[in-house]
Amino acid sequence: MKQKILKSNLIFTLLSIVIGFIIGAIFLVVAKISPAEAYGKLWHSVMDKPKYWMWTFTYASPLIFTGLSVAFSFRTGIFNIGAEGQFVVGSLAACVVGILVDVPAYIHVPLCILVGALAGFFWSFLVAMMKIKRGIHEVLSFIMFNWIAFYLSNYVVNLRAIHKPSSEATKDVMDSARILFPKSLLKLVECKAANWGFVMAIVAAIIIWVIIEKTTLGYKLKAVGSNNSAALYAGINSDRSVLTALGISGALAGLGGAVQVLGMAGRLSQFAGQEGYGFDGITVALIGGSNPIGCIFSGIFYGAMKYGGTKLTMVHAPSEVVNIIMGCIVLCIAISPGIKMALSRLGKKGGK
Amino acid sequence: MGRVSHMDPAVEVIAMKDIVKKFGDFTANDHINLTLHKGEVHAILGENGAGKSTLMNVLCGLYRPTSGQIYIKGKETVFSGPKDAIDQGIGMVHQHFMLIQPFTVLDNIILGVEPTSGLVINKKDARKKIMELSEQYAMKIDLDAKIEDISVGMQQRVEILKVLYRGAETLILDEPTASLTPQEIEGLMDIIANLTKDGKSVIIITHKLKEIMASSDNCTIIRQGKYIDTVDVSKSSENELAAMMVGREVNFKVDKKDQEPGELVLEVKNLHAKDYRGVEVLKGLNLKVHAGEITGLAGVDGNGQTELVEILTGLKKAESGEVRVLGKDIFNKSPKATFDAGVSSIPADRQKHGLILDFAIEDNLIMQHFNEEPFASKGFLQRKAIRKNATELMEKFDVRPRGTEGKPAKTLSGGNQQKVIIAREVTNDKELLIAVNPTRGLDVGAIEFVHKYLVEQRNKGRAVLLVSFELDEVMDLSDRIEVIFDGQITGSVSGKEADEKELGYMMAGGKKE
Amino acid sequence: MWAVIVKNLGLLINATLIATPPLLLAALGSCFSERSGVVNIGIEGMMTIGAFTGAAVALATGNGWIGFLCGGLAGAVFGVIHAIACVSMHADQTIAGTAINFIGPGLAVFLCKAMYDNSSDTPALEASAKLPKMFNGVFKTGSFGSNVLNVYSVAYLVFIFAVICWFVFYKTRLGAHLRAVGEHPEACESLGINVYRVRYICVIVSGFMAGLGGAFCTLATVNQFRPSVIVGQGFIAIAAVIFGKFSPGGAAAACLLFGFCNGVKTLASQGNVVSPNLISMIPYIVTILALILFVGKAHAPAANGKPFYKSK
Repeated sequence: MKQKILKSNLIFTLLSIVIGFIIGAIFLVVAKISPAEAYGKLWHSVMDKPKYWMWTFTYASPLIFTGLSVAFSFRTGIFNIGAEGQFVVGSLAACVVGILVDVPAYIHVPLCILVGALAGFFWSFLVAMMKIKRGIHEVLSFIMFNWIAFYLSNYVVNLRAIHKPSSEATKDVMDSARILFPKSLLKLVECKAANWGFVMAIVAAIIIWVIIEKTTLGYKLKAVGSNNSAALYAGINSDRSVLTALGISGALAGLGGAVQVLGMAGRLSQFAGQEGYGFDGITVALIGGSNPIGCIFSGIFYGAMKYGGTKLTMVHAPSEVVNIIMGCIVLCIAISPGIKMALSRLGKKGGK
Repeated sequence: MGRVSHMDPAVEVIAMKDIVKKFGDFTANDHINLTLHKGEVHAILGENGAGKSTLMNVLCGLYRPTSGQIYIKGKETVFSGPKDAIDQGIGMVHQHFMLIQPFTVLDNIILGVEPTSGLVINKKDARKKIMELSEQYAMKIDLDAKIEDISVGMQQRVEILKVLYRGAETLILDEPTASLTPQEIEGLMDIIANLTKDGKSVIIITHKLKEIMASSDNCTIIRQGKYIDTVDVSKSSENELAAMMVGREVNFKVDKKDQEPGELVLEVKNLHAKDYRGVEVLKGLNLKVHAGEITGLAGVDGNGQTELVEILTGLKKAESGEVRVLGKDIFNKSPKATFDAGVSSIPADRQKHGLILDFAIEDNLIMQHFNEEPFASKGFLQRKAIRKNATELMEKFDVRPRGTEGKPAKTLSGGNQQKVIIAREVTNDKELLIAVNPTRGLDVGAIEFVHKYLVEQRNKGRAVLLVSFELDEVMDLSDRIEVIFDGQITGSVSGKEADEKELGYMMAGGKKE
Repeated sequence: MWAVIVKNLGLLINATLIATPPLLLAALGSCFSERSGVVNIGIEGMMTIGAFTGAAVALATGNGWIGFLCGGLAGAVFGVIHAIACVSMHADQTIAGTAINFIGPGLAVFLCKAMYDNSSDTPALEASAKLPKMFNGVFKTGSFGSNVLNVYSVAYLVFIFAVICWFVFYKTRLGAHLRAVGEHPEACESLGINVYRVRYICVIVSGFMAGLGGAFCTLATVNQFRPSVIVGQGFIAIAAVIFGKFSPGGAAAACLLFGFCNGVKTLASQGNVVSPNLISMIPYIVTILALILFVGKAHAPAANGKPFYKSK
């Protein structure tokens, strides 16, 4: 029975993806672009060569992290719409330490990753404190913190100590802090940005899955998330659980930021608008069914769409069609309860 | 009793014929008939889940019947929604009041039928009309008070006025006496008499036999969705009605052998507390509960019971006072500390406080012990032990269906959900068991089951504090009854000597001579 | 000295009057949706599509007002989508809103590229195709009078909107019904109020107002559509609604606060003494502080975010 429900959810997700592509195709036709050509380009630019796969994985790594962050928050009952800000402060912290601290690689890399995670943790923790101590709606403070992080990052990027003159970005992170594959391997996979971030993301996903499903900590956090009153009644300290849950969620987003800076980007640029990794994380979590393992696959899917999307300009198709497709997929997943209900009613009528 | 019937048997107001209502595969109403006359009070009797409310939801337009006809004054009528029923003069007062908490009484009464002048709601005319109705039927209300600030009795009057304001000729009252004092119930009976005298008809849905005998002309009995019979109440008896309701002879009395109370388990001294709005709700409450006895706390909803229980279980902080369990101070301690000190409880709202509906049944059964051996080891849950525990408890406490240890608790019926909670709390076997409205919404079989386990705990020498709005339940089970009114204990009687009239008098604030 | 103060005050009011209207329009609309029980986190996407439509229509017709109205209608179309998903299909409202936030901006830029030669910005609007200013040429450019009074007429119009919204909320039947529906939909249904219809109306109004807010950005604040034209204003509007405790008056006050902070920001960044990035944080930090110190908990409507299932 459980298997059946799981299966049907998977089917609905796959169906949603198909519908998303169909709607995307309609818009392409309206814009007088051949969907076959555009989707063909998308497919080929992701699948054709192993080096494209590497790029996809590279694009996917930060998305898996923010996806995990949001999925974890969903499972523990709070919607982390602040993954965006946590991602930004995580990348900022990792970048600053990566530029300014000069230590050997075996210390530098863990140090940068740690400060990235801590920054995300702290950013989310503040919001959790405000929720607990003053009852402030977390959606509101998350939104505020997203913007504070955004401007803070732009401010720090322009500080003389780390700014690269006559550019819109910081200096490059020291080589000792990068998590790129070794040179020989980079050559082999023909992807200059290939890094360990993807491996870290998978490890993180497995750890989070174990925490949620197998540990007493997961039991506690889920209990508070599903029914705070009952958890209280049973003697579970809900305040501490909220702090823990949001802290872990924030740390995951912060890790994503660190991985992005230390891996693919190598520096931090001034933002014009929000980067959207946090919001993309919501999509990844939703498509992944809020399951950490699911997030790996949905993260790869989204990474492929993002990477493939950058190639669409070659066939004069706006890359924004990717956003339309992703949005439609999310919308379809959102309405699946209603569709399921309608289907079951139809099924009953048909049966009789 | 001195009841005067105002029924005019010559005028049929409503006739429901062969009503069938199905939800999926489940048949809630199976060919039910009902005839209502002008000025009649008609009771509908049945157990919880028998299909009474479904039938009335069909009559007030909320549900569409799967088959069957409704005749209004002899004319077949089809309702496409509640509005049609209202237009036909049928109004329903639901058991769970349909009131908007932050709105005023006036705004609630006119909601949906607001008189307007131009675009603006005109409250002046509405106010006048409501005041007239309120005087005509002797129902006192404060039109400008917010619902969240008024008593349950007044909320009920608001609901009745709401229906009358819409010009209802037929009023359906769903379990109208559930949370009223005996005195308030008498007041309600007077209102019903006023209404029928005026030519209106009333349908009362209830499972309380005494009230039917006292108020109704006819009674229709429904069992498991099926129509059993319609009887003339004046020619019937409580026992006859009860037998028809459950399909067998029932024994209302709980078997309980005499036993001397033991040591003092719970002692509450001079307890003061405020509710969430900052209004003082406990005003120096004193209470003692001894081992080996069931202490019943009788009182009308809203006199401080909720807050008292929340304080005893650590969910709420009191202002001042003393709370001790077996001499140990648990005043304003955490839920965990009170539990460890020896307090377990069956909460009033099982879905809100008792269970995590999305969690598996087996996980619900270890809620206070999830990080203890054998259910956890080094921070990891031990599935095998958790499953074994669940299998044993579900067998012992007859939770059905079996083999569902890993299924979410929300898949169980209400009665079985309550069994899960009782299994957990009784197995905790703490010195004090607090049970709050433990049988609300359960059918007769489940009620017997719950009562059996409460008495068993008492017989084992545990202290039981029973908080219930059902006076009958308190009287049937308790060794000692304490009456709570306005945040204080206003009287204490032995369970054997309890007299309903006297208790009712105290529940309404009267002192015991 | 005096003249400097007056001039700066004028600039401050001017900047406030430019920053407030889009927020206020979106926030007022959001009040409708939230109070009727439908969380609308898709305001951002609705504003973006409104911004693009407004600019595109104004470019085609040369008339700012038509553009403005069409911006609102485009937002309303997304309101319809959100309502279908949340009200009829019982979707998780946050998720549906997230989807709108993808589709709205994505579609806006997509159409922009498709229509304007693969550019993500529309061509610049002529002044005549923008929304009109009220007292063009009456005051000397840069004078106090010009700064305060010669602003886009919509900037004043939105305050009338706020009063209308307040009136609808608390004086009319629709207002009473929408507030009741957000608290206790079952009760409303039992009284013959069509819960679905009320919620549909409210969500569509919310989309329409958000669209208008977006269109204001392209037709008044700047003179073209570009992808970054909305940047988070939709989320700020949502914040303002929660900040204002879900009432039109409160939301309006919160929007004015945000707008005013924005005015301070504009003024303070003139001297280039302090980093503009630091100044840009002011509105958000002020909000956080205000929340911690004064406001605290906002009580959301009881049925907010919960899908309502009609009785069968």
